[in-house]
This record gives sequence, structure tokens and C-alpha cells, in this order.
Amino acid sequence: MSTTSIDVFDESSHWELSPQVSLRDEAFGALAYHHGNRRLVFLKSRDLVELVRRLGDFDNVSAALDELVSSEQRARYVAALASLHRSGLLSA
Amino acid sequence: MPESSLRDRFERGLAAPICLTWELTYACNLACTHCLSSSGRRDPRELTTSEAKKLIDEIAAMQIFYVNIGGGEPMVRRDFFELVEHAVAQRVGVKFSTNGTRIDRAAAERLARIDYLDIQVSIDGADAATNDRIRGRGSYAAARRAMDNLRLANFGQFKISVVMTRDSVEQLDDFEALARDYGAELRLTRLRPSGRGADVWNDLHPTLDQGRALYRWLLARPNVLTGDSFFHLSALGNPLEGLNLCGAGRVVCLIDPVGDVYACPFVIHDEFLAGNVRENGFAAVWSDGELFRSLREPTSPGACASCGSYDACRGGCMAAKFFTGLEMTDPDPECVFGHGERALATKQVAIRPHSTPDHSRRVSVSLTSRS
Repeated sequence: MSTTSIDVFDESSHWELSPQVSLRDEAFGALAYHHGNRRLVFLKSRDLVELVRRLGDFDNVSAALDELVSSEQRARYVAALASLHRSGLLSA
Repeated sequence: MPESSLRDRFERGLAAPICLTWELTYACNLACTHCLSSSGRRDPRELTTSEAKKLIDEIAAMQIFYVNIGGGEPMVRRDFFELVEHAVAQRVGVKFSTNGTRIDRAAAERLARIDYLDIQVSIDGADAATNDRIRGRGSYAAARRAMDNLRLANFGQFKISVVMTRDSVEQLDDFEALARDYGAELRLTRLRPSGRGADVWNDLHPTLDQGRALYRWLLARPNVLTGDSFFHLSALGNPLEGLNLCGAGRVVCLIDPVGDVYACPFVIHDEFLAGNVRENGFAAVWSDGELFRSLREPTSPGACASCGSYDACRGGCMAAKFFTGLEMTDPDPECVFGHGERALATKQVAIRPHSTPDHSRRVSVSLTSRS
């Protein structure tokens, strides 16, 4: 069982999809499975899947959101990422 | 996207199953009275080691993240460890269900060395008398020895899996205490009238009162696992943990030991046979099997249309209806409002189908006489 980062999710930091996580595309978005903690999470939109896939390419979360998410949607996506972080799916 | 529309999406089927059960063998050294797969004798057409490995490769390619292995008793297959290790090496997690009889010290230590492996040891009573009535003499002691060996081998957290019968449902607190003693997770599943379960279901399925008590007990214990087994009870109010839908052919399916693909682990019957992996592989059956396509069509609520709780229970379990002789448009036989019992009562002569393949041993042998 892997250890889950206890760091607080912070938009000004770099986060990426944990290497322990596999994504499987589905019509509604994707399934994300963490092979360490065995959590299965549903990503409920294609845009969220895209954001999660590319998160690691950016210096920090804010930069990723600036590029990939409209300002009206931003709060929703921050909440979704924070939730994925709580499930241990993101790593620093 | 709100939760309900995700459920609608699931009912139209996924690219690959979330919950794939693979019964490795029909061979079993026990003869439980409620066996879902009527197991006992090995089927000579069982998938060979190389066919089984090919199937695992396909499962990995489809990104099915874990497979639930059962049987029969999966550990009686001589290539059991070879197959498990082949799966895990490709990041296909294995959750396997066992009666524990083959988990001696050495096996427990080998199991403990495998990553991505979950074990559930089945018992059907919190004491030998209750358990052995269903699973056979000596089976409770054997399961406890397996649990002891897993603990000694530092396997870590395993699961204790119990089918809820009229007797075992009265022992919930004892099961909880037993799981706590072992640091194990408790998993409760529903008794289904499938396989040999058809013969005992009338006498053993929990009463409506017991169902209500179980619902309250589970609601207070979200950490108790149920594999979405009791979604018919969600009609009582707040939904239980899980997707609360019949996933048959949509998010769930079963591959049997000879490669036949059924809609779910509880419907081993020709009517729910979608194809065989030996023809064009599993993915072809999953995506194009005629049966699965039809299961992904919108379903009619049938007799449940006027019930305010239809959205909570979706009419219940397809297998429970089928094997008690009800129609798919009838309520679940264990409908919490008694609609299923009334539907059953109106059937003058209930025609109750039996699982098509039956691998029950013709004569049962006592556990202690077997090596």
C-alpha cells in the first residue's frame, strides 16, 4: 500500500496524476484507478480527464487551469482536483 | 454531472466492465448448499493455462483494473499461483474468493508476497454449527485455520465474506467482532436463488423483517462491504453504499471456467449467455454480444412503475427474479414492500429455472476424508 501525500492541495504548487493511477476512457469521462490504495474514482467529464492528464505538464495547478478551463468553470475544477487529491490520485 | 445521470450512463454500458468475475474452475472440495455456480466437478473443457493467460492479457489491454476470481475453489487449480502472478505482473489486481481449505502456512506466505492481491475467505456462520450446515462439516474450522495462517504470514488486511441467510443475518455483531479480531474487513452478500441456491432459497433467504434490520445495520456501518449486493434494500430510504443498480452486462459480467461469458455471476444459465472467449476473445463478447446489447437498452419499470421507490431500487435483482420464476418486469422477490412475495404468490405453478450447467458432485464427500 502506498503512502498518500498528506500535503494540502494548493493551486500554486505542481501536482500531477500519480504514476500509480491508470485512466480508462469512457463515454462520460474516465475511470481512474489507483493501484496502490485500490480506489476507483469516476471522472465525470471529458474536460476534467483532459485537465488531469495534462496537469503534470504545467508548473503549477493555476497555470493548468488558466490554459485549460474557463474562468466560470474554474471553481468546479478546483473542487474536483481537490477531491482527487484527497483520494490520493495526485502526487506532487 | 449529477450522480443520477452517471447511473443512467452506467445502465447504457461501459467500454469494459468495472467488476469482472472469473470463475477459474468448477472443481471444489466443498459442496455448499447455496453454491451460485453449482460447483463440484472440474469441467474437462476448462480453459488451459495458456488460454487463461491469453485472457488475462486481454483483460489488461482492456484496462480492467482488477478481476474477481472465484470458482469452484480457485486454489485447486494447479496453475492458480501462476495465473495470479501473471495477472499481477501486468497490473491487473486480483481479488479472490476462497473457502480457505488450501491456505496452509506455505500458501499464506506465498500469498502475502503478492502485491495487488485481495483475499476473501468465505464463511456462512459465526460458529461451526451454523456455518457447517451450509458449507459442510469441518469447513468452519478450515476457514478459521486459513485466517490464522494469513495473520501469521502478515498478509495484512483480508476480507471475511458472508452470505446473508435467515441464520447468519442474526449473527451480524458476531461477524463484526470476528473481523475486528483479525483486523479484517467484513463483506456481506445477498443469498441468491442461483445454482444450488435455488434449492435452499425458500428456506434460507432472510425475512422482510430481517432485511429491514440488515438495512439499518449496514446504513450505520458504511465500512462493511457489500459489493452492491443489497440495492433492493435501498428502497427503504437512504441508499446504501454503492452504485445501487443492476450492473449485469453493463458494468458487471462473469466468465466461467470454460470461457462462457454470462451477464453476471448470478445468472449461469443459457438465457444469459452472451458468448465464449474462445471464439473471438472477451472484448468482442463484451462490446458486441447480442445479449449485452439488449441489456444496455432502456428497461421498463414494469410492475414497479407506480411505486415511488423505483428510482431507489430499480426493481431489484434480475437473477433473483429469474430463478424464482418471476418475469423481468416483476418486482424483486425480496421487495421490501412485499410486492415480490405477492407476485410469487400469484404464480399458480412457479416454473423455476435451474442453472443450465451443473457441476455438482453426485455424491458428497465429507471434508475430513479429503486430502
